[in-house]
This record gives sequence, C-alpha cells and structure tokens, in this order.
Amino acid sequence: MVTIILFAPLIGAIIAGFGHRIIGDKGAQVLTTGLLFLAALLSWIVFLTHDPANTEHVQILRWVESGTLSTDWSIRLDRLTSIMLIVVTTVSSLVHLYSMGYMAHDPQFEGESYRPRFFAYLSFFTFAMLMLVTSDNLLQMFFGWEGVGVASYLLIGFYYRKPSANAAAIKAFVVNRVGDFGFALGIFGLFFLTDSIRFDEVFAAAPGLAETSITFLWREWNAANLIAFLLFVGAMGKSAQLFLHTWLPDAMEGPTPVSALIHAATMVTAGVFLVCRMSPVMEYAPAATNFIVYIGAFTAFFAATVGLVQNDIKRVIAYSTCSQLGYMFVAAGVGAYPVAMFHLLTHAFFKAMLFLGAGSVIHGMHHEQDMRNYGGLRTKLPLTFWAMLIGTLAITGVGIPLTAIGFAGFLSKDAIIEVAFAGTNGGVAFWLLVIAALFTSFYSWRLMFLTFWGKPRGDKHTHDHAHESPAVMTIPLGVLAIGAVFSGMVFYNSFFYDHDRMNAFFGLPEHHAEATEHGEEAAAGDHGEEAATDDAAHGDEATDHAMADSHAAPQGAVYFGLDNTVIDDAHHVPTWVKISPFIAMLLGLATAYWFYIVNPSLPKRLAATQPHLYQFLLNKWYFDEIYDFLFVRPAKAIGRFLWKRGDGATIDGAINGVSMGIIPFFTRLAGRWQSGYLFTYAFAMVLGIVAFVTLMTLTGGAN
Amino acid sequence: MATDLQTILPELILAVYAMLALVGAVYTGKDNLTGPITWLTAGLMAVLALWIGTGSAGSTQAFGGMFLSDAYARFAKVAILIAGAAVLLSGQEAVARRGLGRFEYPLLIALATVGMMMMVSAGDLMSLYLGLELQSLALYVVAAMNRDSVKSTEAGMKYFVLGALSSGLLLYGASLTYGYAGTTLFSGIIGAATGGEISLGLLIGLVFVSAGLAFKISAVPFHMWTPDVYEGAPTPVTAFFATAPKLAAMGLFARVLFDAFGGAVGDWQQIISLMAILSMALGAVAAIGQTNIKRLMAYSSISHMGFALMGLSAGTALGVQAMLVYMAIYLTMNVGTFAFIMSMERDGKPVTEIASLNQFAKGEPLKALAMLVLLFSLAGVPPMVGFFGKLYVLQAAVDAGLTWLAIGGVIASVISAFYYLRIVYFMYFGQTEGQAQAPMSPAAWVALMGSAAIMVLGVVNLFGIETAAAQAAQALVN
Repeated sequence: MVTIILFAPLIGAIIAGFGHRIIGDKGAQVLTTGLLFLAALLSWIVFLTHDPANTEHVQILRWVESGTLSTDWSIRLDRLTSIMLIVVTTVSSLVHLYSMGYMAHDPQFEGESYRPRFFAYLSFFTFAMLMLVTSDNLLQMFFGWEGVGVASYLLIGFYYRKPSANAAAIKAFVVNRVGDFGFALGIFGLFFLTDSIRFDEVFAAAPGLAETSITFLWREWNAANLIAFLLFVGAMGKSAQLFLHTWLPDAMEGPTPVSALIHAATMVTAGVFLVCRMSPVMEYAPAATNFIVYIGAFTAFFAATVGLVQNDIKRVIAYSTCSQLGYMFVAAGVGAYPVAMFHLLTHAFFKAMLFLGAGSVIHGMHHEQDMRNYGGLRTKLPLTFWAMLIGTLAITGVGIPLTAIGFAGFLSKDAIIEVAFAGTNGGVAFWLLVIAALFTSFYSWRLMFLTFWGKPRGDKHTHDHAHESPAVMTIPLGVLAIGAVFSGMVFYNSFFYDHDRMNAFFGLPEHHAEATEHGEEAAAGDHGEEAATDDAAHGDEATDHAMADSHAAPQGAVYFGLDNTVIDDAHHVPTWVKISPFIAMLLGLATAYWFYIVNPSLPKRLAATQPHLYQFLLNKWYFDEIYDFLFVRPAKAIGRFLWKRGDGATIDGAINGVSMGIIPFFTRLAGRWQSGYLFTYAFAMVLGIVAFVTLMTLTGGAN
Repeated sequence: MATDLQTILPELILAVYAMLALVGAVYTGKDNLTGPITWLTAGLMAVLALWIGTGSAGSTQAFGGMFLSDAYARFAKVAILIAGAAVLLSGQEAVARRGLGRFEYPLLIALATVGMMMMVSAGDLMSLYLGLELQSLALYVVAAMNRDSVKSTEAGMKYFVLGALSSGLLLYGASLTYGYAGTTLFSGIIGAATGGEISLGLLIGLVFVSAGLAFKISAVPFHMWTPDVYEGAPTPVTAFFATAPKLAAMGLFARVLFDAFGGAVGDWQQIISLMAILSMALGAVAAIGQTNIKRLMAYSSISHMGFALMGLSAGTALGVQAMLVYMAIYLTMNVGTFAFIMSMERDGKPVTEIASLNQFAKGEPLKALAMLVLLFSLAGVPPMVGFFGKLYVLQAAVDAGLTWLAIGGVIASVISAFYYLRIVYFMYFGQTEGQAQAPMSPAAWVALMGSAAIMVLGVVNLFGIETAAAQAAQALVN
C-alpha cells in the first residue's frame, strides 16, 4: 500500500509531464489530482490501521552496493512516516484540487500549455517529499531532500519570464546548498563512524557516538554533537531557520498553491522531521540540541517581528511560517519530539489554509498582493473570509485555557511553550516564544483586519470586480478548516497529553512508559539502574569504535533518552506558564484591533516616530543586505576577477596570443623555408645530418 | 635454394607478373590495356595479401638471413598490398580521365610494391638497399608520369635528386656500419652494437642510415621534398606516395632500429624522438598556411609520421605495436581522403584549392559527411578511430618515460586540428560557393565510404588489428 502511495504521484508527474500532448490539459490535471487523492486515501488508511509498535520495512530495490556501503531503496513505515504521509498527501491533494481553479487563467502564459507543467511539478514534488519521509536510510532521504529542492526550485521559478522569480528560485537553491552541505557532511560523518547509513544501524550505534570523538576542522569534537549539529545545518537550510532563512520570503514568487504546499505545509517541515527522525542521535547530543533550541527560539522571535510590518499578504504568512518552524525546532530541541510533530501536523492544516485563503483573496483581487490595497472584503469573499478567520483563530491559538478544547494551534503551540518552559527551566527560549506568540497574534489579526475589515482601499475597479473563488478552490479551504479546528483536539492526547497513549501512538516500548508514569522517585530509581548497565555497555562500546553489533536499534518512531522527562515535566509547569500564551494572544489581538479598527492612523504615526525600528523590521533586520555585502558581492567580485582577468586575459589571452601570433609566425617561417629550390632542401638535409651526428657524438655510445 | 625461393614466392610472383605484363602489353594493346592491367594488378595484390595474411605463422629466413619472413614482415606486407590495391583501384578512373592512363603505371606500382615487400623483409643492409632502390626508382618515374606537366616533371626531378642524395647518405651509413661491425647482416650488427660498448663509428653509421630512411618517411628535417612532390605529382600518384611507401619505410626503419641496433635503444631514442617532435610540430604549423589541399596533405603526412615515430622512439614492443596500429589507421584514412581529393574537379578540370570546397556539403551531403568523418579522424577527434591511434602512441611514449614528447604531440595535435576542421568549415559553412564537384567511380566511392565507415565502426575493436600488431611487434622486439 505504501508503495502505491509513493509511486502514484510519480506516475502522475511522468504522464502529465511527458504525455500531456496526448491526454490534454484537462486530462493531466484530473489524472494527477486523482492519483493524489488516491494516495491521500491510502495514507489515512495506513495511518489509522498501521501498528506503530511494529516498524515495517518494504524493500523496493537494492540501490547502492559499494564496498561496505550497502543501501536499499526501501520504505520505513512507522508513526513518524505515517504522520508525514497524511500531512503530505492530504495537503498535496487539496492543493492539486485548488490549483485547478487557481491556475485556470494566467496572463503570463497566454495561449501556452502551462498547466500540465505545473501539475507535473507538483506531483513530482509530492513524490520526492514522500521519498524523503519514507526513507529508511540517509542516502534515500538525501535523494528525497534534493528532489524536493529541485521541485521547489522549479516551482518558485514557475513564472520563468519574471526575472524576480528566477532570482528567487536561484536564491532558494543556493541557500539550500549551504544547508545541504552540512547535511551531506553529517551523512559522511555517520558513515565514517558507524559504517552504515541505514537508520536501524545508525540508531543502534548512536550511544557509542556519544563516547567517540572525531577530529574535524583542526580540533576534536564529540562525535554525536558534531553529527547532530551537521544534520541540523541541513535542517536549517530546508526549514528556513535563522541565518539560512532568507530564501523563504523570496520563495513567495511562486504561485500561491506552491507556497501553501511546499513553503508552508510540507517541504519546510522536512528539517523538523529530520531532527525527530534522528532523535536517537539527538538524544546523545546535548550541545547540539541546545543549539537547536536557541536557533528555533530566535527564529520564532525574529520572524514574528518582521511579520509585524510586512505589507505583502504572502510575505506576512511566509514570515509566520518561518516563525512557526522555529517553534517546532524548540520542541524538537528540548526533546519533545512528539510535540514538534504535533505542531507540524496542525500547522500544516492551518498554514496551508491561510495560504490557500490568501491565494483565494489574490485570485479574487486580480493578483493584487499588497494588503494596503485591500479592505472590506468580508462581503465580497465570504467563504474565504470564514476560512481565513478559522485559520487565524487556529494560528493565534484560541481556545479555553487549562482545558483541551480549542483550535489546532492553541493545543500544539501551547504544548510547545510548556515544553520549552520545562526544557529550559523558564529560560530565554521560553520568553522568546511567548513574545513571538504575542506578535503572531498581532500580525495575524492585522492581516485579517486590513484585508476583510475597514473600507476598500486601492484601485476601485479591482474592488468592484472582486469575486469569490470557484468551488474547486473553496472546497479545499473547507476541508483544511476542519483540520484546523479539530486536528488539535483529536490528537492532543496521542501527541502530548496522555503518556500511555503517546507511547502507544509512537510505538515506544512499554517499560519506559511505566517508568515515567509511576511518579518521579520510581522513575529515578529505575533510570539509575538502567543507566548503570547502559554505561557498562558503553564502556565496551567505545573500544569497539561505535560498531552497531551489540546494540539493537531503539524501538518506536522516536527515542527518548533515559533522563529525558521533558514531556512529563511539561504537564507539571505552573499555571501561569500554561495561560501565558493565551494572554499573549489576547494582547496581540487587542493591539491589532486598536491599531487597525479603532484608530487606523496610529500605525503610520508610530512608524513615523520610530523610523529606525520600523525600517529595521521592514528590511528584515537587514539580513539580505548583510549577506549581499558579505557573500554575494565578494563572490561576484571573485567571479568577475576570474572571468575578466583569469579566463579572459590570461587563458584566452594566452591561447589567442599563441594561436594568432606565435603559430602564424612559425607558419610564415616554414613557408619561407619551403623555397622550392633543390639546394635549399638538400642544405636542410645536410644541416639535419650534421645536427644529428653532433648530437650523437656528444651524448651517444661510450660517451 | 628451393626453400629460399619458397620463402620469397609472393615477391617473386609479383615481380615476374610485372615483367611479363610489361613485355606482353608492349607487344599488344599498350595503353588500351591499362584498365584490365590495373584491375589485374590490384587483384593479384589482393590475392597475395590474402595469401600472406592467412599463410604460415612463425618466422623463416632466406638467403642466409638476408630475407626474413616473420609476423612483423607479414603484417606490413598485408597492409602495403591492400593499400596499394585500394589506391590503384580508386585512382584508376581519375588516371584515365586525366589522360594519364598508361599501362606502365600499374606495373610500376607493382614493382614499387615488390620493393616495399623486400624492404620490410630485409635482414641485411644489402637487401635493405635493394628493396629501397627498387621502390624508389619506380616512384621517381611515376612522380613524373605526367610528362606534359611542368609541375609533375619538376616533382619527379626533385624527388629523384633528393632521393639520390638520401640514398648516398644511406649507403655511406651502411658502409660505416659495415666497417665497424664487420658484417652487413642485422643479426651480426646487433652483436657489435650492444650496450655501452657500442663504438661511435657505428653510431654515426646509424645516424646516416636513419637519415636515409627518414627521407623516405619525410621526417623533419628530411621532409622538404614532400610538399612539392605531393603537389606536383598527379593526384593518384600522390595518393600512392602518401600510403604504402610510408608504411614500408617506417617498417624498414623499425626493422633496422630493432633488429640491427636493438642494443642501443638509448642512443637512437634521442634522435628518433627529436625527429618525432620536429615532424609533429612542423607538420602542424606549416600546414596552416596552405591553400592547396595536396600540399596540406603533405604536411599532414609529415605530422602523422611524427606521431608514428613517437611510437617507435619508445623503444618497446608496445611502442612498435602502437606504431603499426597508427600506420594501419593512417593508411586507411589516407586511402579514403585521397579517393576524394582525386575526384575533386570544377568544370571537368581537376582542382586542389581548398577554397573550391566552399559549400560543398550542399551539393554532396553524403560525400561531405564522409570527408567530415575522415578529417575528424585525421585530427584525432574521439570517437573516431584516428583518436585511438594517437592514444596508443601517446601511451607508449608515456610508458617509456617520454612524457615531454607526449605533451608535445598533444599540442601539435591541437594545432593540426585547426586546418582539418577548417576544411570541414569550408564544406559546411563556407561563405561563397566553391563550385567543386566530386564525380566518383564506384571504386573510389567505395574507398571513400569504406574508409569513413571504418573510422566510425572501428572503435569497437579496431577490427582486431591490435592483436596482429602485437604479434608483429613481438616478432620484432625480443
């Protein structure tokens, strides 16, 4: 069944991409969408029926056999995979459906057949993403990782006639290369240390890694920390975390369904998935996970601040995505992998919906994206309005505090804030997340108020012709709305709240669950004992150069270290911590209401009184400018130097000089020697004989 | 005596045939018989090639070691006979059309071939000279065969005078060698010329003999006759000059160097490698300035001989094998190329100007394509067979520690690519119309297309000549 899920999109992509002349535009769209819905249906069946305690391996083919490197192309099916399966296929199938409406007309490709191309790319992306999430070794994962990168590149640059779209596509690709370099180094490192890149064997060897040190860049590192860090660098690139985030806002150059699918719901969460997937390694890398927490928290905060002042509706949501990914990384960093996955799941629903809603607005407003030109669209786009409202309620975290009733984001985001408090003992990361929650609320409501409330602004003609989107676009919104409302409540226990159910859900071994459930003391005793035996095992292990033989891979989809009780601790955080995100949300809502409904002139005045802060935020903390100065311009300068001086002057110059100056000179000389007179020729022969005899006399024989 | 005759039977048959046909034709149809005689000669040569090629393995000697029949000689003879027959047939119609259809022409070629077969089988300085002179005398005559043409006569004259000079050098070297070695037998010379004990007189003898042989293969600085003779001689004759005699002289050269002076490889290596690099460089550089395709092919052959010498200068069995493979490929390419050049004409008159080929591909796409393949192969562009020939000799040179020579060869090869590709450029992208046509007899057409096809198809296994060349090289170097 998983095999069908994996290959349905690929078949769709191939047929639509290469055969659309035969099956036609409409055929290509219907085929790819239909196959995706099939995949989604099967994914849900897998998700609901698969026994999480039993990690399945489905071998598709033997892939690479080279020396000790032996890699199959095979599917690893456990809870992490099945969660990602439903996220990817559900959102992807809905986006396919939505795109049938959104991409119906395009002034840029008048009279050309562009839709099969779009759908083929979308389906190809889905295939690559499924490759990534179903992989059972790092090479296959890397293949999927690069596959989604290619698809992302193609789709960002879908409007290839727009220079800005091409630039954005290249930027996304290049920035991701930086991360991928780290990822690749991590894979090499793991292979170097454990002699395998299969997850089972790597995980089994993970405890040994913590005891191993490795020399890298002129100094010794703890192997587990280094590997975890390198893998996280890959995740930073793909998931647009701070320092490698610059490509994500620009990626909004792609069509909006692409933003929803790739740059909000699925691809950008691959980094979170990677960290969760590698949890058995991460658990032994305290320094690296600490780093992850800080990067995640700062990203959440940074992106939220930038989101406050952006005017392009898609950019606001893009920064919001960036920020929410930071939340997920904080959860993963403190060791609450299920919580990270929980937010990944809920976020996929409401963020996809927000993007698709934004797409619907843009579609209705004839590709106007500046929120300052919106206003009062509530009546013009009623269905979109309601969908966006639900999305906003979900992302800002509306619910009833201290209960498990609320929109999806309420449950998952609050869970993250709680584990952040528990994991960092109320440290900086926690406070950054709370402040980010306030900002999230503010910019989300700002978006809503500017778009749907107030008086129509901007071009009157556009507003007159604003229209609700067709059913193919609103139905996906409705489906996602269901997810945005209920996914939090339905899965709250499985992902976070109920320890037993969580362990069962992720297929974790029983004894661990009991150990943590039976109060702190019992757990501590139990742990101590286990830790002791474990340490002894490590002692042997270390001498064995972290080979995997004596250890079996940990059971279950994620792995908790023996002293990792963060989820349990999160349940016992003070009450003020639990309601703090709710208060932050209310504050954000109130401020936004005051700024954009009660007193709409206030934001302008504030911007005028605080020009530096405003410019700082509007220019995204000047990251692009700094990178431009630090990397882009020096690289261009080196390139220009090598091109003009190196290639042009030196190489071309030398070649041209030789071939147009020196060689013709000898040619003329040879021509002159060839006089046509016999005596010249005979003279040359005699000269030759003399030269050779001389040479022989000087060097030959007994001499 | 009977076994001696048995050994030289192929040469004997060809020589007797040539003499009988000469006498017979004089008393009967004379020039009217040119056509049949040409076919008969070519047929006989082909049969002999088949006979020698499939004949007994192993080595035999005749006349007390003056005549050797081993794998090496057989390889060279088969190549010489096939190339000679191919050139005769493909040029027959061109000869007739130019009014040169004298019946002596095929018979002189047959006699030259006998000389060449003698050369590659020589085991003694005397048989060496015998074969060389038999070949040369026949070639002097055919070079000047077009008696009404000043250029042809001049070419024959120049060739003769300079050839005489080279023969003198060779004889002088031979006498020096005899003086210091006390014998003219190669097997005797090698005993005298071994290791560090070799006397300077013997080495100088070697230099002079080498000079005489280098003249025949037109290696720099004994090459000066080549462009003039190539240009002046009738094109079918030029075609012959460019093929079989080159292999024969190269074969003889290798024979002398290894059979007679195999103990002094280090001494002659520097001479040969110097000739090789000079030939490659001059052939590449000087050809750029040519406007006449025959002169261009003359420089091209000088450059190619440089490459073959590079294989020889390695002084190893691999080097000899590379040289033989290279020469076989070179022969094949030149047979095809000259089949085309022979047929070039404008308004019924033969032309040899490169510019006349402008836009040739428009009128004759297939022939242009065949020429493109051949020129690419001559230039050594992969995946044509010519590339593998070059690869072989370069490898042999590198293995023998002559890296500088190999680098020089690569550079020369790059330079020479220019003028080969320029012809392709003219044929396909020429600006003005050159108005050249290339009406061909079926034989010429087959020669052109066949050799072009070999250049492409040969990449599979070079038609197995590697093995044959390896055996030949083994027979020579041991």
